[in-house]
Amino acid sequence: MAASSLFILDLKGKPLISRTYKGDVGPGEIENFMGVLLQREEEGTLTPVLSHGHVHFLWIKHANLYLVATTKKNGNASLVFSFLYKVVEVFCEYFKELEEESVRDNFVIVYELLDELMDFGFPQTTDSKILQEYITQEGNRLERGGGRVPSTVTNAVSWRSEGIRYKKNEVFIDVVEAVNLLVSASGSVVLSEVLGTIRLKVFLSGMPELRLGLNDRVLFELTGRGKNKSVELEDVKFHQCVRLSRFDNDRTIAFIPPDGDFELMSYRLHTQVKPLILIESIIEKFSHSRLEILVKAKGQFKKQSVANAVEIAVPVPSDADSPKVKTTAGSARYVPERNVLLWSIKSLPGGKEHLMRAHFGLPSVEKEEEEGRPPIAVRFEIPYFTVSGIQVRYMKIIEKSGYQALPWVRYITQSGDYQIRTS
Amino acid sequence: MTDSKYFTTTKKGEIFELKAELNSDKKEKKKEAVKKVIASMTVGKDVSALFPDVVNCMQTDNLELKKLVYLYLMNYAKSQPDMAIMAVNTFVKDCEDPNPLIRALAVRTMGCIRVDKITEYLCEPLRKCLKDEDPYVRKTAAVCVAKLHDINAQLVEDQGFLDTLKDLISDSNPMVVANAVAALSEIAESHPSSNLLDLNPQSINKLLTALNECTEWGQIFILDCLANYMPKDDREAQSICERVTPRLSHANSAVVLSAVKVLMKFMEMLSKDLDYYGTLLKKLAPPLVTLLSAEPELQYVALRNINLIVQKRWILKHEMKVFFVKYNDPIYVKLEKLDIMIRLASQANIAQVLAELKEYATEVDVDFVRKAVRAIGRCAIKVEQSAERCVSTLLDLIQTKVNYVVQEAIVVIKDIFRKYPNKYESVIATLCENLDSLDEPEARAAMIWIVGEYAERIDNADELLESFLEGFHDESTQVQLQLLTAIVKLFLKKPTETQELVQQVLSLATQDSDNPDLRDRGYIYWRLLSTDPVAAKEVVLAEKPLISEETDLIEPTLLDELICYIGTLASVYHKPPSAFVEGSRGVVHKSLPPRTGSSESAESPDTAPSGGPAADQPSVIPTQGDLLGDLLNLDLGPPVSGPPMATSAVQMGAVDLLGDSLMGGSGGSFTPAPSTTAPTNVGAPLGSGLGDLFDLTGGVGTLSGSYVAPKTVWLPAMKAKGLEISGTFSRQVGSISMDLVLTNKALQVMSDFAIQFNRNSFGLAPAAPLQVHAPLAPNQSVEITLPLNTVGSVMKMEPLNNLQVAVKNNIDVFYFSTLYPLHILFVEDGKMERQMFLATWKDIPNENETQFQIKDCSLNADAVSSKLQGSNIFTIAKRNVEGQDMLYQSLKLTNGIWVLAELRIQPSNPSFTLSLKCRAPEVSQYIYQAYETILKN
Repeated sequence: MAASSLFILDLKGKPLISRTYKGDVGPGEIENFMGVLLQREEEGTLTPVLSHGHVHFLWIKHANLYLVATTKKNGNASLVFSFLYKVVEVFCEYFKELEEESVRDNFVIVYELLDELMDFGFPQTTDSKILQEYITQEGNRLERGGGRVPSTVTNAVSWRSEGIRYKKNEVFIDVVEAVNLLVSASGSVVLSEVLGTIRLKVFLSGMPELRLGLNDRVLFELTGRGKNKSVELEDVKFHQCVRLSRFDNDRTIAFIPPDGDFELMSYRLHTQVKPLILIESIIEKFSHSRLEILVKAKGQFKKQSVANAVEIAVPVPSDADSPKVKTTAGSARYVPERNVLLWSIKSLPGGKEHLMRAHFGLPSVEKEEEEGRPPIAVRFEIPYFTVSGIQVRYMKIIEKSGYQALPWVRYITQSGDYQIRTS
Repeated sequence: MTDSKYFTTTKKGEIFELKAELNSDKKEKKKEAVKKVIASMTVGKDVSALFPDVVNCMQTDNLELKKLVYLYLMNYAKSQPDMAIMAVNTFVKDCEDPNPLIRALAVRTMGCIRVDKITEYLCEPLRKCLKDEDPYVRKTAAVCVAKLHDINAQLVEDQGFLDTLKDLISDSNPMVVANAVAALSEIAESHPSSNLLDLNPQSINKLLTALNECTEWGQIFILDCLANYMPKDDREAQSICERVTPRLSHANSAVVLSAVKVLMKFMEMLSKDLDYYGTLLKKLAPPLVTLLSAEPELQYVALRNINLIVQKRWILKHEMKVFFVKYNDPIYVKLEKLDIMIRLASQANIAQVLAELKEYATEVDVDFVRKAVRAIGRCAIKVEQSAERCVSTLLDLIQTKVNYVVQEAIVVIKDIFRKYPNKYESVIATLCENLDSLDEPEARAAMIWIVGEYAERIDNADELLESFLEGFHDESTQVQLQLLTAIVKLFLKKPTETQELVQQVLSLATQDSDNPDLRDRGYIYWRLLSTDPVAAKEVVLAEKPLISEETDLIEPTLLDELICYIGTLASVYHKPPSAFVEGSRGVVHKSLPPRTGSSESAESPDTAPSGGPAADQPSVIPTQGDLLGDLLNLDLGPPVSGPPMATSAVQMGAVDLLGDSLMGGSGGSFTPAPSTTAPTNVGAPLGSGLGDLFDLTGGVGTLSGSYVAPKTVWLPAMKAKGLEISGTFSRQVGSISMDLVLTNKALQVMSDFAIQFNRNSFGLAPAAPLQVHAPLAPNQSVEITLPLNTVGSVMKMEPLNNLQVAVKNNIDVFYFSTLYPLHILFVEDGKMERQMFLATWKDIPNENETQFQIKDCSLNADAVSSKLQGSNIFTIAKRNVEGQDMLYQSLKLTNGIWVLAELRIQPSNPSFTLSLKCRAPEVSQYIYQAYETILKN
């Protein structure tokens, strides 16, 4: 159905650790993986699904590792990739970082986890918080008869353990909106979308039942509250704790949260917004002599707000040299290893406009290979502000012990894929 | 302290040392030793010699140690089957352990020990675990049944485990239900006939309830299982859809795709008039768009699937922008996005798309740029209104002089010329400027085709073509064939100046080449030119059929099958599982459920904007189609015209030439080479090359038969594991046949050929089995004439002349569909009595009359008459009314349907008017096509 075996390989394709889940793919088959990968890369036809004979390899790369699942059947490819990313997530939670060294250092626990994560090619328990309850770093010494399977493993609520206690019951809600923007070289907006996420940090005792109220337009229409100050959320996605059928029925977001940090939901908006930070650039290349760059950045949001940690990365050719830069605010430095000129502005208030001028030398002999035209990439954060105008109207917390709990809400807008093409 | 220390013992006598440590009394030392063993195993050292010592450590209360020993067992039990028996006792004991974690561990591990001898000992413990009080153990035991089945299916069936597994579908715990479903699906997949998953509305209801409660993976197992269910009617389909739809909001992309699969499949059963159908269609698009924010590998899978979905349902048309390529997308995502952009391109968004494509075409990644340039060409062909802008964009790109951009641009411009003749030829001059920079065969061939096709407008066409001739033998076959044809075209257009050139190319092709295709084509031209230049002109310079807009659409039956496999490898490869999964040959192909609740049998897009993919979206194969008999009394909608049969200039095969009057008059003034100078270097059989040709054609030429189209490729080798099938249909002295050429382009020998037809509109069926006498060696071709009859079962197809064929060989079964020309069904006794004709003409109501224009036909009435008669269209009367000739004709189809025709020919006008009357007006369209084909060839 899904995977026959799972391999963790180093960059050369040598297996560090592997687990066979089904008998149909021979252990030697993995030796073909690297060859196929390199060949396809050479041909420019590299894809995440490769095959050799009747064996199919589905792979991802993480740090200096390849994670490869194999199958001989018509496996569910999307399930396998989702699973591989889940494996990465679990290992990262266990070892902080997943790379060659941490796999070697923890091979016993890696084996244990691989045994628990998947059985006969079917993904099983992949929630690292639950796994940590019965697969621990210290080598679990369970006395006979004293052992117990955390009931969470098989409960309908498979993401939260029972018996959690906090002195102070609190929930922190982060509403984060990432703006993806693509502007053409001529300055017109090609694509603009907002990807919102609501992240929760939950410090609550017991088995609390939570309900989140948003100014969701569909809900407002359902309840006859009109369209005022509501937002239209496109394609909402939920953490598995949320009762999807309930949301589908009456737009109620009801759930028993996992403990600690998790992403409750995400949504997408397609409303065309004007670029929050407007970038205008003139990049003039005088072949064999110099490169002149002029960049203007303007905050196009309301005056009370401030964009923090603004970083504007302007691409420069890899053979540029001797940079000279002037800015009206912030500082700019040349980062040759990324081939960019990085202009950082600590804070850019709404309505303000700043300039950067730069001059580079270019060698008189031009290099052979052509370079791409990378876009200008912008990063920023605007606290206390959302593009969509989404609001948390309430968070109801009900637990049978009847404690009082406080929700805290924070709004922030960030850059996502924020790019301006250069000519 | 980390585990890496275990990897470092590399002293001599390591195994010996480990042995000692494993047998140590100290628990801690034992555990350390086992870890060292596992470490050695991990780096690939053979530590199987330690088997008995490691197994001795199995009886421990330390869970970690136990897991390590189990791990060791799983790896080495197969190589030490006799010793593996030693472990059985411990397994049996562990399955009774009070700790459920240990019980589950034992049952999980023993399923992974693939040793036949052991399996029977494991049945009792497994039986207990399947009824364990702890759901963790039950869910593990459920999977163990699938494992055991994989090792010894008979044992599992005999022990009744399958029934226990089925009972687990009703378990109170959703995780257990999910694993039971997964295990059953897995078993059912390898035993398609077992009827294990006989799902019924009750069990479906249980699954849908568990769906809301189990983990994300469990949801996928259940959804994938649901997708195999066939609801009994549209109401049940709708109610399942309603309960599956909330899954579209799941954060896991795989859950979303599996839900999309269920919805896409069951939607097929819903009537499109239903409000719910529209609502559902709208709900599908946003989740698909959101998948594009996932990790790149998941994006890739999603894009491959979206590519299928948009061919099936006309959605996402307003979401073009999300498919725009981002600079940092991996190349495989970029290429897939480009594909979808073209699929969604329509008049409404073409400006945006073109601006993007132009941007991409100036990037630096060669593969991406090439595809972007091709995409511009495809837009031009797809959206007529944009053709002009596309051409000017391509010209801009040619000006960049970037070598590979220029070459790609020329290749696509050739196609644009084919699609819009006599419109953009003014750019030829610009193209010619770049002649020297072309070094890729495809681009060279395209350029040569252009020069030959438009030779009369290019002053120095002869010089240009001559320049290619110098290195003739170094060119690829593609270029050689094009060059040969182009020079012959040039000669026919400018005979006076180019006689030498044409002689040169003919002798290069026939005498100095080892390539049979090239030689054959050379001979045919040679003979044709030397016998009848007028006929040669008609043949070589014949008007080419228009190329179709979407050449890369997936064949509808395959598309339907792939829709059933959304999210799986099949949907990524765009191939049915049988094409890449070993031993799946006998597996039943999945297909979409038949539509109920509405009479329509074909999915046509909701809105069909002109030029959109909808306009010629292939229709779904009706599985419950009406019988043809119904044609006569059922008032069906107007027939949809099928895509024209793909014929290309390159495939100008021998058949049409030979069928024509090759042996006819010898009025040719051009005799380049008498047969005595024919090549003798190839050995005896070819020694009399031209003479042979004579004999052959003599034979064919005397047979009376209707027009036979040149063979076209029906099944490309790519889609059929190396088997290429091309063919055509013919009718000769009352018998229909399918003329096939099977070519083995694979590396292995092919044998055991068989052929079967799906039910079709006229009951066409093979009259004899497919006879391929010897196995087909690699690179070998065989020509077969398969006699057909019309007594097969009948089902109305869309288009009417669609024929679905399955061909089997020792490798696999392949499917393709093709359109047959209707004139092969015109019977010999189709001449109606005059009186009868008049009466029938009056009798058929006027609304059954259809009029068509046959353009650009320069034949006179008598020539038309005799030409048509060759194909069993009989002229009953001829009248001259006010200077125009009126021909009254009749024909009869194999199933007895009469068609009456009136053909109006004006001497000064090359356009004929054809009026057809028939009691089954559905066929008129195809009769007209047959007229066209016969008259123009």
